[in-house]
Amino acid sequence: MEYSLKTTGAPTLEELHKSPAFPTHEQFLKGPVVVIECIEEIPCNPCEASCPKGAITVGKSITNLPKIDFEKCIVCGMCVSACPGLAIYIKDYTYNDTKASLSFPYEYYPLPNPGDIVEAVDRYGKYVCDAKVIKVRNPKSNDHTSVVTIEYPKDHFEEAINIKRKIR
Amino acid sequence: MVEIELAIVGAGPAGLSAAIEARRAGANVLLIDENARPGGQLFKQIHKFFGSKAHKAGIRGFNIGNELLQESELLGINTWLNGEVCGIEDGHNLWVVRDRSYSEIVKAKKIIIATGATENAVTFPGWDLPGVMGAGAAQTMINVNRVLPGKKIIMLGSGNVGVIVAYQLLQAGGEVVAILEAAPKLGGYGVHTAKVSRAGVPFYVSHTIKQAFGTEHVEAVEIVELDSAFRQIAGTEQILEVDTVCLATGLTPLTELAWLAGCKFDFIPSLGGHLPIHDDKMHSTQPDIFIAGDISGIEEASTAMEEGRLAGINAAAELGYISEEEAEVRSQETRDSLNTLRSGYFGQKRRESKDSMVQKGKEVISWNIH
Repeated sequence: MEYSLKTTGAPTLEELHKSPAFPTHEQFLKGPVVVIECIEEIPCNPCEASCPKGAITVGKSITNLPKIDFEKCIVCGMCVSACPGLAIYIKDYTYNDTKASLSFPYEYYPLPNPGDIVEAVDRYGKYVCDAKVIKVRNPKSNDHTSVVTIEYPKDHFEEAINIKRKIR
Repeated sequence: MVEIELAIVGAGPAGLSAAIEARRAGANVLLIDENARPGGQLFKQIHKFFGSKAHKAGIRGFNIGNELLQESELLGINTWLNGEVCGIEDGHNLWVVRDRSYSEIVKAKKIIIATGATENAVTFPGWDLPGVMGAGAAQTMINVNRVLPGKKIIMLGSGNVGVIVAYQLLQAGGEVVAILEAAPKLGGYGVHTAKVSRAGVPFYVSHTIKQAFGTEHVEAVEIVELDSAFRQIAGTEQILEVDTVCLATGLTPLTELAWLAGCKFDFIPSLGGHLPIHDDKMHSTQPDIFIAGDISGIEEASTAMEEGRLAGINAAAELGYISEEEAEVRSQETRDSLNTLRSGYFGQKRRESKDSMVQKGKEVISWNIH
């Protein structure tokens, strides 16, 4: 396969759009949506097991790519911390008039705090825009995979997928 | 002399799983490991494992290690730590040096060799400078001993070991300056490469380290691009300032005991080189010696645990603790589980190599024993 993923390390949007679970443009605009960036057949299915609504399907062969039924998905976020590949996040274009929100898995200490202004980054770790941390969830069941939620300007809806970590 | 039904050499994921299966069946088991702690490499794996629930997916490696240790303690498995198996005679007698001070001979009816693997090094001018180390060594330093080996690190090799350790070095507070890959394509799982990419780590495919500079320790490396025949392309050199070089350039199975025992070998580069031939019960060509884990081909902890189980079940069956029928049913379940791990873009090749090895094993071993 000729993936950019295999030369640059990160998938391109084009590659992502070809994968079965990636939301369409319309789905992105509707409201909070689960985004699964899993485009390579690896033996792994905890996302399927984590979903209380049976919205994610990998199937019997655990190297199948995950599929998601957006009708069944209630955007509870269980899959975000369950994915061992940290490849799932939630985006909400409708967060408010000017801002979108993004909830993503985060495994670096120190954790950011709600209210912090942080730097949102793209798939290559490049600065996209400033963002504000609105929530940091780290319940025991996440087993140290915290889920951080940020709000950021809608203009950067597509590029931003994570934040720059704080260096101790 | 200590007499035992089943001796298992190596208390990593394969050895522990084998010991648990065999002990549960009723066999008298002695587990021997040269380290001060059991668990092999599991205790430095702080990431969540892949696979399915049956393979303990979603659980961090060290917690899988803890589960295995708890189970082995509950079963009362006799474990010798700081025990180096230095020799094997007549296919049954192990020479063990205990606590680096005295020898003991263990006479075992059956033996499972689960000795794992060792990291490969690549050489370049300056590779002997302090600061150049195996990626696994760096992983032990950060995750077991909590020491960051350096602040600016370069990783050579983009397989899963390279990208996982790079991620963990970031988690430990280091800066990973670059990950180099000699091949034109990255080796590790895309989710791992994507994770370090969005942390700002650049990948250089078709690149290697030409030399490392420094007086007392590494201060910089010169990297160079490679052509399709892996020859350095003059004029593409770049200097990167680093204080640590991690080598994630593959693993080689630790096969010395299997050689000593007279096991027949095959050469399978895709699985790590010279490997003792085994069949679908993890039987070597020696009648009472099984193998499991990385010694039977470099894979991962999840497959090592399944292979360990397979060896444990069949060793217990040959000792009379499990009927042949039951052993076959349970072996088949384990093989199915292994096959689900050995599928897809990454697993298929390993499966083909393992299947051809097992085929050879069946032929050689039936000729050998019967």
